[in-house]
Amino acid sequence: MTTSTRRWRQPSVLPGFGLSFSFTLAWLTLIVLIPLATIFLKAAGLGWAEFVEVGFSERAMAAYRLSFGTAAAAGLVNAVFGLVVAWVLVRYNFPGKQVVSALVDLPFALPTAVAGIALTALYAPQGWIGRFLEPLGLKVAFTWIGITIALVFIGLPFVVRSVEPVLADLGREVEEAAATLGATRWQTFTRVIFPAIGPALLTGFALAFARGVGEYGSVIFISGNMPGRTEIAPLLIVTQLEQYAYAGATAIAVVMMLASFAVLLLINLIQAASRRRMGA
Amino acid sequence: MSTRATTESPIMRAGLITVALVFLGFFLLLPLLAVFSEALREGAGPFLDALHTPDALAAIRLTLLIAAISVPLNMIFGIAASWAITKFQFPGKALLITLIDLPFSVSPVVSGLIFVLLFGANGLFGAWLAEHDLKIIFAVPGIVLATVFITFPFVARELIPLMLEQGKDDEEAAISLGANGWQTFWHVTLPNIRWGLLYGVLLCNARAMGEFGAVSVVSGHIRGETNTMPLHVEILYNEYDFVGAFAVASLLALLALVTLVAKTVLEWRFGLHAGARH
Repeated sequence: MTTSTRRWRQPSVLPGFGLSFSFTLAWLTLIVLIPLATIFLKAAGLGWAEFVEVGFSERAMAAYRLSFGTAAAAGLVNAVFGLVVAWVLVRYNFPGKQVVSALVDLPFALPTAVAGIALTALYAPQGWIGRFLEPLGLKVAFTWIGITIALVFIGLPFVVRSVEPVLADLGREVEEAAATLGATRWQTFTRVIFPAIGPALLTGFALAFARGVGEYGSVIFISGNMPGRTEIAPLLIVTQLEQYAYAGATAIAVVMMLASFAVLLLINLIQAASRRRMGA
Repeated sequence: MSTRATTESPIMRAGLITVALVFLGFFLLLPLLAVFSEALREGAGPFLDALHTPDALAAIRLTLLIAAISVPLNMIFGIAASWAITKFQFPGKALLITLIDLPFSVSPVVSGLIFVLLFGANGLFGAWLAEHDLKIIFAVPGIVLATVFITFPFVARELIPLMLEQGKDDEEAAISLGANGWQTFWHVTLPNIRWGLLYGVLLCNARAMGEFGAVSVVSGHIRGETNTMPLHVEILYNEYDFVGAFAVASLLALLALVTLVAKTVLEWRFGLHAGARH
């Protein structure tokens, strides 16, 4: 090991830093950094006018609106029901709780294509659930509602697993103190518990949202894929690629990634601000 | 002071539990049941026949091959990365962890696209590859690359918190007693982290075998050659061979259930836990 590396990191009696660090960096660069850089390089090569033309075409704009809109809707549904699920799993005991808890991770383990065809089987007009909704005039499969349902499935564990540990660590003393001071249970929840778990809930929402924007496998079967109406942005990328329209695919991918990063950055800023306000 | 203000009324409790269970029933349990029920809709015969076609068997073989290549690669990377990150202090560590996590925030489709832009016919290295008669995109190497990219952070993500918690006292003791680096790793570190490693490998494997979007972009969907199980599900489904599609899907759902059970057992016995990101 050279003297410069020794000065750069703190000394340690353990060996293997040079080997493990250089292998990590080399593998990361080869598999992740260079391939990801390619897409920005390719986008830069398009020139501004062409980038805007293909990246912000009417069809692309409709796809962004749909992808970001349904991901936000699904994230909100998950924020509400995910919080209820996390609350029930942390605070209450009921038979089968362990099985229910394990089942929450199903969307992480089930391949997205399997989830996609299963949800379509449920919500198609002749499906298990769809046949009861059809007479009510409610079309789920092949509309934005179906897309949202698929994204609720995919995003649920993000919210539950983000909120659960924070809720479990929350000391009961603060709740007892609030009660002693005369707060009702609802006041304690809105004034004491919710502010404490708020950041974790927001993190869960952000993770579910980010995953939902990029989700492909679980959505394409239930979405119907009509350009301008039920065509999500990742599908538009695939369609462009199949037509060898590499410029279009690249521009749309870059717009999507930048928009996602912007949303995640915004959420991080909100969280940092709320932590400062909480004095933590 | 009654307990009423520090807990919910029994009615409220029952209500919340019901809401949670109904929600999970509709969104998680029903889709799972639908997979098996649709697969067995026409009985066991057609189900088994659907799995016994040459294309289905080829897809199963390819999926196993892809996992057998990409999971060990990410396992070695995960161990190396967590060794460097948890046993040493150096500036830029937070940035390194963020970069390792990067594939989690990229759409699967984009994860495939980047390799098409690099190695596809019109890609950066496309001409060079064609000249040397090498095929990456629409071939097995492309599927492996996309899968390795998608599952890149899995093992490292599980090992880093575990190894941070364990500290480096054991390793320092081994070194001061005269063990060399490899001996320390094999006899001290590896036994310490083996269950966490298995946990990470399990999650990595489930994703590697189930990945759809990224693989779909680079595979070219050549039956019997570049069709993985999830892609085969899509092809059968689009051909209205629903029993076939759900039969192959049920194998993947079984894999998911086995993964969940093994994961839960590891969590109970060894206090391991996954982060919220997968």
